[in-house]
Amino acid sequence: MSVIPEESGSAYVAGHDSARATQRRSLQRLLDSFLLVAALVVVWQLVYWKSEVAITGPIETAKTSIELLGSENFWRHALASGRAFGLSLLMSSVGGVAVGLALGAHRFSGAVAAPILTALYTIPKVTLYPMVLLIFGLGISAKVAFGVMHGIIPVVIFTMDAVRNINPVLMKTARVFKLSPRETAFRILIPAVLPEIVTGLRVGFSLTLLGVIIGEMFASQQGLGFMIINGMNVHNVRSLTAVVLLLLLFAVASGTVLLALERRLQR
Amino acid sequence: MNRVTIVRLCVIAGSVLAVEALCRFGVINRLTLLPPSEMATYLLHLLVSGEINQAIVQTFSNVAIAFVLSVVLGFLVGAVIHAIPRLRRACDPFLASYYSVPVFVFYPLFVSLFGLNRWPLIMIGFLFAITAMVIATLNGLDRVPPVLLKLARVHRMSRSAEALRIVLPAASPYLFTGVKLALAYSFIGVLAGEFILSGGGLGYAIAYAYDAFDNRTMYALMLFVLIVVTAINSALFIWEQRLLRRRGRG
Repeated sequence: MSVIPEESGSAYVAGHDSARATQRRSLQRLLDSFLLVAALVVVWQLVYWKSEVAITGPIETAKTSIELLGSENFWRHALASGRAFGLSLLMSSVGGVAVGLALGAHRFSGAVAAPILTALYTIPKVTLYPMVLLIFGLGISAKVAFGVMHGIIPVVIFTMDAVRNINPVLMKTARVFKLSPRETAFRILIPAVLPEIVTGLRVGFSLTLLGVIIGEMFASQQGLGFMIINGMNVHNVRSLTAVVLLLLLFAVASGTVLLALERRLQR
Repeated sequence: MNRVTIVRLCVIAGSVLAVEALCRFGVINRLTLLPPSEMATYLLHLLVSGEINQAIVQTFSNVAIAFVLSVVLGFLVGAVIHAIPRLRRACDPFLASYYSVPVFVFYPLFVSLFGLNRWPLIMIGFLFAITAMVIATLNGLDRVPPVLLKLARVHRMSRSAEALRIVLPAASPYLFTGVKLALAYSFIGVLAGEFILSGGGLGYAIAYAYDAFDNRTMYALMLFVLIVVTAINSALFIWEQRLLRRRGRG
């Protein structure tokens, strides 16, 4: 890859606001992303040549993916995953932000909870999945619960840290203006901590998706996770690789959007 | 011990006791959850009898290899990406969405590349963990105060001296976070791989016990994993706090 650090470095710092410079920068950014994707595809092709039994090549996979997008069966599974994911995401975002705000505002509870939350974040939750299945039974509720288990903790941690590290001057201002707790929350607290919360939501989004897919890979008959594990079991490499590709595209596209949102809020 | 720690211990002990009581009084069905005391006694029995020793050794050696590889290579990759801003901006969306990729789907691919041995599982743990280390390295290198870099230039330090004496110490808290996360993710990757796909190790033993309706073994093993992971993390946490305090003083 022909990358010239000095040049791009100076473009970074100088930051001329002329329209042409901006245009050139975004063009260059597009080119860089394209080069990276091209490199990944080349690696993929090489891996394919090395082991043709376990994966299909880029072109064939693209074809299969397009076929899949036109098939009813795929959409049935995608819809099942989508519903479970949507519900989990809603619960982990709303619940996570609420708990995070509360723990952040009440300093003592936050101090008590912080290491417990970190411990919960780092335990391998997969091993707990059988327990979730025993409690919620087979079906969508177990998947949702598992997704929430994965997704809610980063949202809580990021929100709590944001509130705890808020600039004290802002809170003093709220007191000086004698804002009610509700007004303080909506006028001061939430706008100040929003960028951090979006970071938490981005991480929560990824992990919720992961949780739901893992949940479907073990003890489920529906969803994209099931399609993947089924593809492994019956050695349907074509459909397996295509589903993984579509999942990756969805994940990267959402990640890009959330990252852009985060950058905008930080400014 | 300060008040926060005492309250924290009370909260944890209280929740365990509450679960114990709910199980003992039959509010929670025995088929769903066992009382924690029973899990602990059975775990002790399993450990003493040596039935699970092989699984323990297998899982932990895989985690250890994945962890070391991910920390070393993650740091190197992070340093390279940091040195090339254009590469970095192109990588950002991938780094941001990395954790939604269930790396386990590559298990069959790894089996065909490395053979049916321990390496496919190690690769899963490694791939899961390396990103945490890469991101932490990028964060750390970003946050080296410019003043310190200026200081290095004023003293006309060589590049290696600057890296060793200025950049590394300044970035170390972030690198430490990366190490902690890499350990956690190595565990998650290896155990999840065993759980869903492979035929050995602790993760497999838990899935096997679930399939056989052997709740006693299943919960005992879960408890074991939780205790070990939490103990390692707490040890790292305490060590980190000590390092930070020393930095604060120095």
